[in-house]
Amino acid sequence: MSRAEAGPTAAAAAAAGPAVAGGPRWPAGLVRSEIALTFRRWRTRVLLAVLAAVPVLVGIAVRIQSGRAGGGADGRGPAFLAQIAGNGLFLVFTALAVTLPVFLPMAVGVIAGDAVAGEAHTGTLRYLLVAPAGRTRLLVAKFAAVAVFCLAGTLAVALSALATGAVLFPLGRITLLDGSTLPLGAGLLRALAVAAVVALSLLGVAALGLFVSTLTDSGIAAMATTVGLVITAQILDGIPQLQALGPYLFPHHWLSFADLLRQPVYWDGMAQNLGLQAVYAAVCGSAAWARFTTRDITA
Amino acid sequence: MPAPPAAEPGRAAPGEEDRVIETRGLTKVYRGGRPAVDGLDLAVPRGSVFGFLGPNGSGKTTTIRMLMGLIEPTAGTARVLGRPMPGAARQVLPAVGALIEGPALYGFLSGRDNLRRFDAADPAADPRTRTARVGRALERVGLAAAAGKKARSYSLGMKQRLGLAAALLQPRALLVLDEPTNGLDPQGMREIRALVRELAADGTTVFLSSHLLDEIEQVCTHAAVMARGRLVTQGPVAGLTDAVFGPGGRGRLAVATPDPGEALRVLAEHGLTGLRADGEHVTGELAPPEGAPPPDVAELNAALVRAGVRVRAFGTERASLEDAFVRLTGEGFDVAG
Repeated sequence: MSRAEAGPTAAAAAAAGPAVAGGPRWPAGLVRSEIALTFRRWRTRVLLAVLAAVPVLVGIAVRIQSGRAGGGADGRGPAFLAQIAGNGLFLVFTALAVTLPVFLPMAVGVIAGDAVAGEAHTGTLRYLLVAPAGRTRLLVAKFAAVAVFCLAGTLAVALSALATGAVLFPLGRITLLDGSTLPLGAGLLRALAVAAVVALSLLGVAALGLFVSTLTDSGIAAMATTVGLVITAQILDGIPQLQALGPYLFPHHWLSFADLLRQPVYWDGMAQNLGLQAVYAAVCGSAAWARFTTRDITA
Repeated sequence: MPAPPAAEPGRAAPGEEDRVIETRGLTKVYRGGRPAVDGLDLAVPRGSVFGFLGPNGSGKTTTIRMLMGLIEPTAGTARVLGRPMPGAARQVLPAVGALIEGPALYGFLSGRDNLRRFDAADPAADPRTRTARVGRALERVGLAAAAGKKARSYSLGMKQRLGLAAALLQPRALLVLDEPTNGLDPQGMREIRALVRELAADGTTVFLSSHLLDEIEQVCTHAAVMARGRLVTQGPVAGLTDAVFGPGGRGRLAVATPDPGEALRVLAEHGLTGLRADGEHVTGELAPPEGAPPPDVAELNAALVRAGVRVRAFGTERASLEDAFVRLTGEGFDVAG
């Protein structure tokens, strides 16, 4: 195809092949394919179903409790638990506060950990790469799909909580943490904003899981490692003697989303949280890229 | 080991533009092991059906992975469709269809959705023609009827066909097929061979690895033999047996006769060696002594008849590629090198 004497010139490039793309293309088609693939897996659907079940269980428990004692919780338990009986909308905040420390990051860890390693394990990775998906392009598409799952998982919890709250409890004006009140419509907007912040809070885990996923050809090992790292980070964050470490651990600022329930909104904690997530995404994303683009694909 | 020549894009030997695959000193050493591929100089001519032979563990798959940019060579260079790999993977691979180490599929997707997925991974594939191209590829490998079934429920042969269909989603300049008939029944093997011939007739170069030597002999125009990571020989298939056994020395004479004793005597007189009689079946090597012209088979027949030998059948058995292969590698197949 290349003319005999031609070096790597434009002429040789133009003669390269019949099906060569004109220029670089944004991976929109591949991203769609990745997202469709992720959500067609049974594993993904089961995870979403489990996440959606959590608020239902919390809601039923609170309903039974409040019916029996007539006064709701006694101040112990997860954040906002006491307010649920008075306003079903608080079930959204409670459910997110309950699932964010463990259930949501575990689910994200499973999806992210499997993203590359799972395809390496089944061998489909080599066919994607000779397609040629392009290693950077594939990694970007994988991260995009995991990010979409972060949002889907959060929405599964939030919408299930909203539905459960609406069925089991009254809805109405909500009383914020500082005592001011908002109409229901504005409250729903706050709930949506909380869900968005929670979804963004998971991006650090998503990038970490994707990096782990590029290290091995075993999807199970990558999932287990990622989930293990999530739990380890949570434990380390909870040890008072390791306080100095806390601000650098990705779960440290997670519950700052509660600051959205103040009037005016208190942004500092959330800014720190999202900044930390961005750092984790950048560092782990770069590591994943460095590893994946230089790695021998032998599976 | 001498350092392999550095890649000089400008340097071109005569006829280089007609090479679809060309490697120089291609070497791969996995961590702490002996070289899996050692100083490979491979040249695959355009338009050929190129058989890539070697015992298990001789470096065939490692070579194919390097050609496809999946693994980085330790030393040496590889050019595919005239451009360096893995550097130009983006430009080269859309024109290459590949089946590497057996099919790999998403079991929870249907056959059709598997193909759509692999097609979506190719940035050069037009999504507007995807449905039509997927349908054509499925028909071509005989899977149209099973296209809606989950790939998990496919037999090995059907998975192999689906893998082939993925390689045929676009018109390709080069097809790399690693053991394409693995898991297929004899009917399926015949269909794949017919498909390979059809593709070759359309001008696609086919690079085919197989451990079925008679299959290579049936479809390939060229072949290369690997052993222990090194290239033993390469060239046109017909020339390969010649090169190993010498011109004219490629066959045995086979005679069926009720007079085997007399036939043996006459054939020995005419210089045949390695004569054997097995009941009424007499065979002998046609290989001439050094320098002598090969015996004329027609003359041998006339001599037999003149001597009163009643000949029931008469013919030559060609030395097969398998004979050549065993001679070259000193081992049978399925022996790790």
